[in-house]
Amino acid sequence: MDLANFLIQILNSVQYGLLLFMLAAGLTLIFGIMGVVNLAHGSFYMLGAYLAYSLSGLFGSLTLAILGGAVLSVLFGLALEWLLFRHFYKRDHLDQVLLTFGLIYIFEEVRSMLWGDDVHGVTIPDFLGASIALTDTLSYPVYRLFMSGVCVVLAIGLYLLISKTRLGMKIRAGAFNRDMTESLGINIKLIHAIVFALGVALATVAGMIAAPISSVYPNMGSQVLIMCFVVVVIGGIGSVRGALISALLVGLVDTFGKVLLPQVSGMLVYMLMAAVLLWKPEGLFKQ
Amino acid sequence: MIKANLETLPRSIQFVLALGAVALAAFPFVGTDFYTQMVTRMMILGIFAMSLDLLQGVTGLVSLGHAAYFGLAGYALAFLTPAGEAVSLWWTLPLAVLASGLAALIIGFFVVRTHGIYFIMVTMAFAQMVFFLFFDNKALGGSDGIYINFKPEATLFDLENKRVFYYFTLACLLGVYAFLRHLLWSPFGRALSGIRVNEHRMRAMGFGTFGYKLTAFTLAGALAGLAGYLWGAQTGYVNPELMGFHMSAHAIMMVILGGMGNFAGAIVGAFAFEYVLHAFKDLPAIGAFNTGKHWQLWMGLFIVAVVILAPRGLLGLTGRFLNRKEAGDA
Repeated sequence: MDLANFLIQILNSVQYGLLLFMLAAGLTLIFGIMGVVNLAHGSFYMLGAYLAYSLSGLFGSLTLAILGGAVLSVLFGLALEWLLFRHFYKRDHLDQVLLTFGLIYIFEEVRSMLWGDDVHGVTIPDFLGASIALTDTLSYPVYRLFMSGVCVVLAIGLYLLISKTRLGMKIRAGAFNRDMTESLGINIKLIHAIVFALGVALATVAGMIAAPISSVYPNMGSQVLIMCFVVVVIGGIGSVRGALISALLVGLVDTFGKVLLPQVSGMLVYMLMAAVLLWKPEGLFKQ
Repeated sequence: MIKANLETLPRSIQFVLALGAVALAAFPFVGTDFYTQMVTRMMILGIFAMSLDLLQGVTGLVSLGHAAYFGLAGYALAFLTPAGEAVSLWWTLPLAVLASGLAALIIGFFVVRTHGIYFIMVTMAFAQMVFFLFFDNKALGGSDGIYINFKPEATLFDLENKRVFYYFTLACLLGVYAFLRHLLWSPFGRALSGIRVNEHRMRAMGFGTFGYKLTAFTLAGALAGLAGYLWGAQTGYVNPELMGFHMSAHAIMMVILGGMGNFAGAIVGAFAFEYVLHAFKDLPAIGAFNTGKHWQLWMGLFIVAVVILAPRGLLGLTGRFLNRKEAGDA
């Protein structure tokens, strides 16, 4: 592997890792703060991709579609939390698993009714359509850099939100001790609704920005969901920092595995998870 | 925490179950071939659901990857059956069950050390690993799966005969049920129940809970393998979907639907689930709207409704109903 090729693979793995982080961050926050296992998290990613497909057709611009989709996803998240998830925070994990598994079927079928079962493409906006030439034959698409950029911006935003703002302080307090936080007069139900909607929005935005390169197809959520589980297990439940590091690690192992050891590439990530479990059964950054 | 379960079945439910067993024994003489095969499939899923119940209802371990062990034994049969002739039941069945048990032992070694949410996610992730191993490798059948051209040969009886296969499956179902009920009340089973209720206390009392949980996980995997072997033999076809995430979730649903922790509920749940699935897929078209085609939507709504309305399952519901009646009669 020469230098240019190596560079491309590094960029690809960082981009994939950051995308996984967007999904895993929401998942780990929802676990950590509300104690809910959400199998339907992958469906939000799929929803995002389909929204990008429809809205970019409607508005004629992917950027507008992403902004509009983000707003819609927050509203969707708030409604879902209010209707269903709110009532399951204190139920046991088994009920949560089944509820969210049922939701996967519902989302999948509604998707099929609304959009059909064909594979769709989303075009890359013109101003991001270029490629950067690395050598005579190899180049790197600007859109992938843009994706990584969006993820980095959102990751920094998430970090600032949680560690520097008043709302973030309340979120951390609620995760630490729910009853105490409530008795201090903080509306914990509202905090939970916000965190849930935030998680949904992150996953949806990830789906929207990934749509042009991954294309839009049925069941696209399930594969990504399992990768997110691996990321969360490695990183430690409830830890956003752990999710970031482990997402980048998973991105590296997966991307380089596909290039260097294609025969077993599908299993490498799981082996990584097994190794981490042996060493630290509660993940690298257990809260 | 996992809810209380019906370890001891009320008399009334025992009576209903006995009636059910008699009905199962008589069924092939009344039902058509199609329904005989369908009930065979339900019984196989009943074995599968019981094996999961040992983890989910008895030990309190929610495995979201149990289908891996189910599918592995099916694949074992597929690999052991030559293209041109049948293979003996008497050594392939134990070998397939052993293969599933071994896989469960190895994976269990990693997953059993985790708790709660972790356990759910890790079992699911490892099952996906097994799924992709078969899905990605052409040598292992790839995404298309493998055909099993001949049913295993048993010399004493002919499994190609649908009725014989039915009774062989029924015997397996009853055998597994008797074994697990016996196990439930053995010191080993009591220790597993203790782990469900309070693992810390069990450890404080000197029980090596890791060993108990690993044994339960291995045993559950092996029994799932028995079901998977029968499935492969009956359908004559295995594919990666058998080990998929949906299959695992369906098994959890079966156990919940019937009522967990007593094995009878798992069987009832498997029958009910498979029947409901079949019924949804068979729904008629209303005008231009083909309701059967959208079975996933009905299934999803059904699952959500069960979780909200009957988290203790059908046996829990009937148990409550019958008890109230008995109390009223007295």
